[in-house]
Formats: sequence, C-alpha cells, structure tokens
Amino acid sequence: MNVLVVVEHDRGELSPATLEALAAARALVGVVHALTLGAAADGRAGELGAHGAAVVHQVHHDLLAAYGPVAWGEAVAQAARSLAAEVVLACGTDRGNEVIAQAAARLDLPFVANCVAIDRDSWEITRVRWGGSLLERCSLAAATKLLTVAHHTFEVLPAPAAGVTNTVAVDLDPSLARTMVVDRVERAAGITLATAPVVVGGGRAVGSAEGFVPLEALAALLGGVVGCSRAVTNNGWRNHTDQVGQTGTRIAPDLYIACGISGAIQHWVGAMASKKILAINTDPEANMVLKADYAVIGDLHQVVPAISAEIIRRRG
Amino acid sequence: MSAATTSGVPATAKVVVIGAGIVGNCLVGHLSRLGWTDIVLLDKGPLPNPGGSTGHASNFIFPTDHNKEMAYLTVESQNQYVAAGLNNTCGGIEVARTAERMEEFKRRMTSAKAWGIDARLVTPAEIKELVPFINDEILLGGYYTPSVSVVDSLATGTMMRDEAVAKGALKVFANTEVLDLLTEPAAGGPRIKAVVTDRGTIEAEHVVVAGGVWSPRIARMAGANIPLTPAVHQMADVGPIDILQESGREVAYPIIRDMDTFCYERQSAGSMEVGSYAHRPILMRPDDIPSIAESALTPTELPLTYDDFDPQMEQAIELMEMLGDAEIRYAINGLLSLTPDANPVLGETPEVRNLWSAAAVWIKEGPAIAQLVAEWMTYGYPHMCDPHGSDISRFYPHEKTEWHINARCNEHFNKTYGIVHPREQWASQRGMRRSPFYAREEALGATFFDARGWERPQWYASNEVLMAKFAGQCEPRTHEWDGRWWHPVINAEHLQMRESVGMVDLTAFNEFDFEGPGACDFLNYMCVNQVDVPVGRSVYTPLLNTHGGFRGDLTIQRLGEEHFRVITGAFDGGRDNYWFNKYMAEWNAAGKAAVTFTDMSQGMCTVGVWGPNAAKTMAKIVTDDTTAPYDLSPAGFPYGAVREVLIDGVPCTMFRISYVGENGWEVYTRMEHGLKLWDAIWAAGEEFEIIPVGIGVYAVTGRIEKGYRLMGAELESEYDPVEAGLARPKVKSPDFIGKAAYLRAREDADKNGPAAIMCTLSMDSQRCADGYDRFPTGGNEPILTLDGERILDAKGRVSRVTTAGAGPSVGKYLLLAYLPPQHAVAGSKLQVMYMNELYPVTVEVAGSTPLFDPADARMKS
Amino acid sequence: MRVLVCVKRVPAPGAKINITADGQAVDTAYLAFTTSPHEECAVEAAVQLVEQHGGESTVLTLGPAEADEQLRYAASIGVNRAVLLPITEHDWDPQRTATALAAAIGEIEARDGAFDVILFGNESADSGNFQVGVRVAHALGRPMVNGAKGIEVDGDAMRVRRDTGAGVEVYELPLPAVVGVKEGINLPRYPTLKGRLASKKAEVVQVVPGAEPGGQRMITLVQAAEQVSQTVILGQGPDAAPAVVDLLQELGVLK
Repeated sequence: MNVLVVVEHDRGELSPATLEALAAARALVGVVHALTLGAAADGRAGELGAHGAAVVHQVHHDLLAAYGPVAWGEAVAQAARSLAAEVVLACGTDRGNEVIAQAAARLDLPFVANCVAIDRDSWEITRVRWGGSLLERCSLAAATKLLTVAHHTFEVLPAPAAGVTNTVAVDLDPSLARTMVVDRVERAAGITLATAPVVVGGGRAVGSAEGFVPLEALAALLGGVVGCSRAVTNNGWRNHTDQVGQTGTRIAPDLYIACGISGAIQHWVGAMASKKILAINTDPEANMVLKADYAVIGDLHQVVPAISAEIIRRRG
Repeated sequence: MSAATTSGVPATAKVVVIGAGIVGNCLVGHLSRLGWTDIVLLDKGPLPNPGGSTGHASNFIFPTDHNKEMAYLTVESQNQYVAAGLNNTCGGIEVARTAERMEEFKRRMTSAKAWGIDARLVTPAEIKELVPFINDEILLGGYYTPSVSVVDSLATGTMMRDEAVAKGALKVFANTEVLDLLTEPAAGGPRIKAVVTDRGTIEAEHVVVAGGVWSPRIARMAGANIPLTPAVHQMADVGPIDILQESGREVAYPIIRDMDTFCYERQSAGSMEVGSYAHRPILMRPDDIPSIAESALTPTELPLTYDDFDPQMEQAIELMEMLGDAEIRYAINGLLSLTPDANPVLGETPEVRNLWSAAAVWIKEGPAIAQLVAEWMTYGYPHMCDPHGSDISRFYPHEKTEWHINARCNEHFNKTYGIVHPREQWASQRGMRRSPFYAREEALGATFFDARGWERPQWYASNEVLMAKFAGQCEPRTHEWDGRWWHPVINAEHLQMRESVGMVDLTAFNEFDFEGPGACDFLNYMCVNQVDVPVGRSVYTPLLNTHGGFRGDLTIQRLGEEHFRVITGAFDGGRDNYWFNKYMAEWNAAGKAAVTFTDMSQGMCTVGVWGPNAAKTMAKIVTDDTTAPYDLSPAGFPYGAVREVLIDGVPCTMFRISYVGENGWEVYTRMEHGLKLWDAIWAAGEEFEIIPVGIGVYAVTGRIEKGYRLMGAELESEYDPVEAGLARPKVKSPDFIGKAAYLRAREDADKNGPAAIMCTLSMDSQRCADGYDRFPTGGNEPILTLDGERILDAKGRVSRVTTAGAGPSVGKYLLLAYLPPQHAVAGSKLQVMYMNELYPVTVEVAGSTPLFDPADARMKS
Repeated sequence: MRVLVCVKRVPAPGAKINITADGQAVDTAYLAFTTSPHEECAVEAAVQLVEQHGGESTVLTLGPAEADEQLRYAASIGVNRAVLLPITEHDWDPQRTATALAAAIGEIEARDGAFDVILFGNESADSGNFQVGVRVAHALGRPMVNGAKGIEVDGDAMRVRRDTGAGVEVYELPLPAVVGVKEGINLPRYPTLKGRLASKKAEVVQVVPGAEPGGQRMITLVQAAEQVSQTVILGQGPDAAPAVVDLLQELGVLK
C-alpha cells in the first residue's frame, strides 16, 4: 500500500503534529511517503526520514510559498493523483483538516477526519465525534483514502528510514492565489496556550477577572500560561483565546493545573490530552478531581498563592 | 474508582437522611438541635447544589396562604431564613387584571389579617410608584405584602448542615447514590433496616426520604409509596435590563405576581426571572429524570419547551414592556414536586416502620417543615402545628396510584395561582367510589361532592319543591362567590328533616373492627374516654397525641365482649387506620393480650335516618329475627345503643346516634344489601314525606346548630379536649395516649381557665357595604375585637372561623371559633372579617352546649 | 450585501452522551437542541455584517423537520430569511450534505441573486467532519478559509483573520467568498423576548434536498473509553503546597 503523509509546516518549520501523522502511517503500512509543499520545507527531509518517511516528495511552486488552503489542497490532490497514492494522510490540526478537505473536494472523494483507529483490510475506521467524548465507527469506500488522524492520539517515536527526496510537479492556476495568507501578526515572543509546557487553568470558581492574578503568577513561575473554561469566557473575565475546550484551544501540556474547574465535557475534551493533570478544587467529587492524576482539596484562592510562595521559598 | 471516592460510609447510623436539598439540610440541623446524634446525610449529587429542585428555585416567599397549616409553616420558615441572615426583604405585589382577582385580593386581605401578615390593597398608581416599569394601564389593582422576601435556600441549607456537623452529630456524603433500602420483618409490617449506597451499606434505625422529585423512586426501594410526581415549572432569566442593573442590588424592586396570567416577574440582579404556572401541565416520572451526567445543566433543569412559554412571554411584555428587548439568557423547564392534593407528603410511611417522608416541600415552607418532621420523629407527633393536611397516611390506596396522581396534578397545576373556592370540587377521578344508593340519588337529582373518592350527595334537586314551603328561609345568595358550590335547597332539606324525616347517605364512613382478648384494653389505651362499656353500647371519644392535642375523634360501638367497631369519617380514615395499626403492632409485640384489626369499610354501607318521624318510619320495617315489632322507644333502644336487627329482612346494625340533633339512627349493612335497605326506608317513610338529605345539612347546617366539632376544623393538635369543650367530668383510670398532658391541661384549666374555648357565634348583620348579605365560607376568617384587633389567646393562637354555615332552624348565620376566656362569654360582641369587610357578631354559646335544642331533647326522645 | 449562514441542529449534551439502542444517534430524550457553537458565532457574524453593510441575511440548514427550531433561533436574533432542507435520516454524510447544500444555494442564488458571503461554522459540534463548507465552496467555485476569528468586508474584498499557534494570519478573499467561522470571533447575542416572538412568524422556505450518499458511511456510534485515573490526593488546602512543589520538581516542570 502506498501511503502519502502530507507534511504540515509553517515556512519550513515542521509542525510536531506531522510526526504523529507519520507514526499513524507507519502503523498502517510498512513504507511511508511524505509530501512537502513549498521549497521552504526542503530542508526537513532528514527529519522526516528519521520519523519513518522512506521517500519525501517535494512540490515547488510560487503559489505554495505562503500557506493557502485552496492552493495547498489542489497541490495535494494533484500529487496524490500523480503518485497514485492509495492513502493520503495528515494530522487533524486546523491546517491538516483544511488541506485534506480541500483535496477531497477537488478529487470528489470522501474524507474521514480525526481517525483514532484504522483497519487497513476492511477500511473500518474509528473516528472522533463530539471532540472525543464519543466515537464513530464508519466504513470508507474510495479509490484513494483521504484521512486525518486525531491530534494527540498517535505517539511520536523516531523510526529511521531513507528519507530519499523526490520532486513532484503540479500545475496550479493563478486563481488559486485568491485564498492566501497576505499578512501575519506574530504573537509577542513567548509561549502559547497550545504549546505551553504548563497550563494553569481557572474556572467559574475564580470568581472574577482579578481573581486570575494569582494564577498568572503561578504560571509565570512555571514558565506556563493561563487557560480558562467557557464559563469564564462567557462571563467576560478572559479572552476567548485563553479558553481551553472543545470550541476553544486543545491543549497538551506536560502538566495542566486545573483550578476550580468542575470538568464539564466542553472543557474536558480540550484538556484531556494533557500528560498529567493536577486539580485544585473544594469538591473532592468534582469531575475534574476524579479524572485528574493529582488533586488538592481546597479553595484555589488559598492553595494557588501557597504553591507560588513555596516555589519562591525553595528558590531562595 | 479514584482515591477521592473511596471514603466509605459508616456501617451504622441512628438516622439516615436521603437528599441534601432545603428539606434534608434543614432536617439534619433540626434533628441535631433536638438532641439527635449519629446522623448521616446522603445525596447523589455534589454539594452545595446536588441538582434537585432547590438548586433552581426562585427562592421567593409570599407569606399569605388561605390554608392555616401552610400559612403557619411559611411564616415560620421565613422567620428561620431571617434568623440565618439569609432573608432579603423586597416586598411583593400580586397584581390583578380581572375583577374576580380583585375579589380574591379581599379574601387574601382577610387571610393576612388572620395570620398577622402586614398587607394592603394598592391602586395601579401605587403599584407604578413601587415598580416604575410596570404597565399600570392593564391593572385593576394589587395586593401588596411588604414582607415578601427572597431567600438563599442553598446557603441556609449549608448553614444548617454545617451546624449539625460542627456539633459532631452529622456525617455528610455527597455524590453517594442510594441503590436500595433494606427492610426487616417486624410487628405490624416491615421495618427499615439499612440503606445500600454505592459506597457501602448503612444500618439505620430511621431513614428519611427527603429526595424531592426522586422521593417516590427511593421509597419504592423499601416497598413504600410517596405519592408525588415531578412536574415542570417554566422559568426564563431575561436581561440585562438597565433599570435593574442600575439598582445595583440583587432585588431592589418588589416581586410581581401577575396572578391572572399565572406568571411572576422577579428581579435577579440585572435581569428579570419570569416564571409561569400557566403552561400545560408537563408531568414526568421519577425514573425518567436524567442522571447528573446526562444533564446539560442539572437533572431538574430541563430544556425549556419554548412553545409552551411563548404566550407567557407576550403577557410579560404586556406587563413590562422593557422585557421585550431583554435577552433570554437562561431558560428551563424546572422540575418540582406535585402531589394529588397540592399538599406536602410528611411523616412515617404507612407501609414501612421508621421510614419517613419529607417530600413535596417548597422553599417557602422548607425550614419549618424540616423542624416539624424532626419534632415528629422526636416526640411521635409534631408540637409546632397540626400536620394533618400533609400527613402521608391521609391517602387512600386509589389516591397513591400514578393514575390518580397524574389526573389530579394535571387538574390543579394551573390553579397554582388560581382562585380556588373553599368548597371547590375536583373534576377528575370522579366516580371512584359509589355507594349502593347511588342510582337512587342520581334519580333524585343529587349534586355529588367528592369525599376522598366517594360520591356523596351534597343536596338534591328533588327537594326544590320544598323551597316554596320554606320560602324566606332558603333564599339564594346574592354574591356568586357565597353561592358557589352551594344551593339554597340545603336549607329546605334541613327544615324538612327537622319537621319530619330525612335519610342521609353515610357510606363514606370507615368501619374498623378490633377483636380479640386485648381489644378493649387496647382501645382504652388509644382513646380518651372509657370504651369498656356494655355490649350493645357505644362511646364517642377523642384520640390524643402524646402532648395532649387532638389526633382524631370518632365513635366506637361495642359489638361483643371482644369485638369493637370504630366509625370514623371519610377524610380521616387513612390517618386513623395508620395510627391504630402503628400502636396495635407495638401493643401486640409487647406481648399484651392480642388484638386484631379488620378494615370493614369496603364492604359496608350506611344510611342515616333522622327527624321527628324517624322512629315511626323505622318502626314499620325493623324487626329482630322474628317478624314481631321491634321496640325502638328511647327506653327500649336508648341513645348510644347499637343493635343487630333486620330491616325488611335485611341484616343491619342500628346505632342510635345523631350528628344533626334529631332522633334517629345510623343504619349499617353490607354493600350488597344496600339498595334493598334504602328502598325499604324510603317506602316506609313515604307517608311522612321522607326526603333525601345531603351532606350540606349533615356536615354543615345540622352540625353547626348543634355545635358539633369536626376533626380537621375545630379539632386539631394545637387544641385539647378542655378547650374544645369535650372534657368529661372525670378522667378514666386506665392509661391512654396523651393522658399525662391531658391531666395537666385539666389542672391548668381548673386553676387558670382554659386558654381558649370553642364558641358558637352568630352574625348580627351580614349586610355588606354594597347593600346585600354576605355568607362567610368558613375559611379561617378572623374574629376581631370591636376595635378591629386580632384576638390571640394566651398560647398565641389566633381566633378564627373554623366552620361557618346557616342555622335555618335558629334563623341565624353561625360561626364556630375558639376564643380566649375574656371573649368566650355568651352575649360578647365581636366582629368577623370576611372579604376584607367587618361584620358584627355575638357569642351565642361558649363551650359545647348546642344552640339548637340545648338539652338534646329531640335526639333522646 | 447578501449573506448566507449555514447551520446544523445538534443536541446540547451534559457530561455524558448516551447513544440510542441502535447505535445510530445520540439519545436526546433529555436534551435540548442547539446550533453548533461555531455556527452560533457565524449567525451572529451574519447579523453583524448586515447591520454594518445593509442587505439581507439568510440562514439555511439541512436536517430533520425539527431543525426549524434552529432556523427560528437565528431569525430571533435578526436573520431575515430561513431555508430548511428537510431530511428524514438522522444525518447525511458530509459529501452528500455538501452536494445538497451547493445545489440548494445554486437554486436560491439563481432566483434571488448571488450571496456575497457564505458563512459556515468551522466544524459541527456533533459529527465534526471538517469539510462541508470547504466542499460547498469548491462546488460553487469560491475562495474559502476556515477557522476565521475575524472578518471585515471592505468593498469587494473580505479580510479574514485566523489564529495560528504563533500569531494571527490574515487572508484577503475577493467576494463572493466562503468562510468557516470559529467561536471567539464574536460573543453571540441572546434572542430577546420580542425577537423570539417575532421569529415564530418568520417564513421558513423548504427546499427538498437531493444528493447521492458519499463514500463515508457511519456504522455505529461508540462510547469513548472513560478516562478514570487513580487520583492521588496531595493534601487539603494551602498546607498541600510543599507536596505540590515536590510533584512539580518530580515532573520536571519546575526549572
């Protein structure tokens, strides 16, 4: 079987999610091919090889220099056709899903998003619904199978392979430039909610916008950022950009410290990929406490400052 | 299971309370105040809001209620919220869009006067002044209660719970689901043994179900029945609204009840809560309530079904235009508990010993009801007020079915804000129980009233021909309200009975047979008066609680040395049945001389025959087992005697007694003989122009002329036999329930006089300001001094009308009321308030001497 | 300006989603229905676009007859017209849905004129297929960007902002265009009482959808394995701080 993994990168910088896609592809078939769009990614062939890509197909085109979902989707469609790919696979990130959907529309083929298990013989697939709180088993019938795998599902493991490069030609109509990044605003240096190693989350129990100050302080001490639940956003205490959840940001930090968060489904599905969870809650039976690895039973307004103080004390 | 949930429950407890809503929380607090320890409180949900009805309650209290028990418990609860510092007084206005509602407000003013609640009628302009955003143009007026408040029921519950925990009396387990209730066999039926939870089993002496809408499901685990249904009350929170936000307070403006649209508008900080009792009744089954995990909000906050709510939105906008532009932020089909008669369900379940119900309770009455149940558990009966309207044992079997519950709740839900007449009749579940005379009564044009399932003729159209004969004594009532569920022919029936003879269907009576070697001693233990009378004699007796207040009143016939028959009314059969059986089980278990109980009610029918010609009528048809004439003379068949006879060959029990003040009998026979008996009496009475007489005479006009007391009206646990005028000269020597308290009451009365005395009063004038006569319905109208002051006795009890009715034979409109000694003097001049107007009254009789035929000559001749 | 917003009726679940006995749908016995959260924002965006630029907004859904409720919800906050594509199945697969939508939009545009902006939610809350908007845009031959956290129409063009991990990307699309909106683009207004009452009178046009099933077929819904952990309680209240900091060191997050 011929599996083509669409590499996600931003101006040459590989998205870690791509490595998950490669791992998923390896689980599906022995020999994995990767596809990079735009010359900026050419230098990544070695890294891709180290994660199991036997061949790295490179597509060079002016319209691919910046990210553009329509152009990228068209390029994937053409490459899949010319490489006679049986499976085209990416990780189910915003861009991954968008590009594969664009390719699927162009190929007039089905596309199964956010898969967690794939039976390569029967093509029965298990995929994520409701942000992961429910699963769907479905069948897929198509000459070329277009898939994304759910983010934070497949473990990234190095698997050295050849990483031989190959160039694929595409023919892109200038009209595809209609959907193209024309400008970007880089966020001030620092880490984001999605990438932070530690997230300190606050829920309704924080009580106010000002109530987040101690959480900010603890996050700063840990080199992390502050997140929040939907109740907090709806109350106007924090911006939606800080919202962890199904319709906010999915996080996967090394440690998520959930302060006064009950753990409703909408929030939980955004936090469940965290490696470890520490819950701070007055209610020992709160959903978040039950699902956490560690818990402190108590009022966040007392516990959080005490933790910060202890850190400062130990640092002398 | 995570480490957090493995904390187990204790293996034993004195009492387990299931449900941490307003009732369960306050109950554990009150139990601890009464000295209970080793209490466990469980809830399936998290604290402080486990997801029951308390969590989404609107939390406001309008204290006025026409019902004495509920009015008392509401005011007392408000006092407890005040004591907790969690009562936010904002005032409340019930507004009227209809003239009928304005009349109802006059009635509310009267009840407010009775209960000492500050209230006043306000004009649309005055309403506008209090609530500037209201559309006063559509209003006719309002009923304003300054003491209306919003309370914090969750915080109050938490405080009560914490108080018990702090004393070391209580352990609390949230997120703990009850999986089963275990019982063990005991005397008189099963007794509660243990509560099985998902964290282990607790053996408990007492278990209280305070599970709100889930109560029936929990009780069923033990084989008990708590008859209530979860039902939807729709509520939407709309806002933000500038004028409310600018107030800067949780509740700055009085709460508005838009009574004629069955809606309320209650400020909630910057927004307005609009609630409705106008939508179609939406009932659920307890088993169909979603789990906590399955619920988007909580199990009792279901999604609003908008189509049902839309008409209320339009009416709300009509009342407060600003609501139209407010946003719907939160809208639910909130679940609350409804019962077939709209009263709570309290007390020990009749099915399972030591399993208690504290269910169907609203926020407004929760804390006081918790105290009431705690007292009940502690003393055997509550001291604070008579709970007979809420007593779980009041229900008959057919009233505990889902069929009945749903039918009645469907009928009364929309009456939550309705105008309910004191005599109002149910429309649903009629014809459940019919006497064998039913067909005859129907043919005679009976208007049937419901007596706990029984169809009882209240009056007969066939008697309308008599109205000409008694012209001037049976006039229609001018005001529709006074004449509702009433007919002037009742007076004609009354007068004809007193002139000749009438027959009354009394099949709704309950007959309980007690037999065995211990029957006499047992009944003596239950009753105040001596039941050890000769065979063939009877006794009328009160039943008391341990603290000496009335628990029941009934007659007992001695049918054999070891055979007694208790006769009690339709409205108290369930409670009396429970009371006797509870004590009988203990009696037998204690190894005393055995007694058995048989409920004969379903197999027996009763007809009363009374009037000057009753004896002549009966003489024509009564025999013993020969065909020789039977001696019905007062000497041969004295008052109070019970005899087995044949009537036209039908085996019957004749009991010479009267509740209407005429000579005559209650005649009992088996159901299958009933029609034959009726026809025989009817035929025999034809020459005396015998008439059928309805309960309008039996229970009201005939009774009130004789000053006879009725359980639930004059006789309540707050009063004792001395005050009711039912104390006999001597107290029997055997012990009986309440004896010690009764003796104390007698001593006190001997020393200081009783705190109150039951009196018969007459209205000096019934003429209202509009120039026609009014007729109080007997719904707790306050008796006032000539200065218009409320009358309270030394024990703080208010003087109010317990029964009102015409006295056609005395030509007066009569009232029964307890009065303190200084007013309980014949000839004393007082006033009664009715529909917010004052009428002069005179005390006719203080004590139990009848106004009509004081010497009882008619009955005993 | 003519704006179309496409929405989907989805259940509003609690902490646990039950599946019907046949495994084909979510058990909605106790649940309300709502519009997917991203789409609620899309509806708000549509109303705002018309408020800013004039014109008319239309809401469209493919779903059961009951989806009328979601159309009227949109109407209650200010959308002018409503179109229902009724289906009798629980759901259609994304290819089929997109085909039907594109055909219906084509019909509407042929009759009433083209839409300048067509808004979708980024993905539906329930099935989350991440593709219907993209497919419809392709079928209509229009540029499309998903994940929009900000849109501004200026003349014939629309600027679309979307978040990336590192910042914000800006796209400029010529109109007519299609955009998939993400929650956070705005805070959707609640309907007012008047809006709710007015929406009852709104006309809902029905267009019978026609399209063949696509290659992805749902077999059954499955409960996700519940994540249960052996929670280690580090302590009660602020006294637990040393134990927490020990843990932070052990996990290596305290540098």
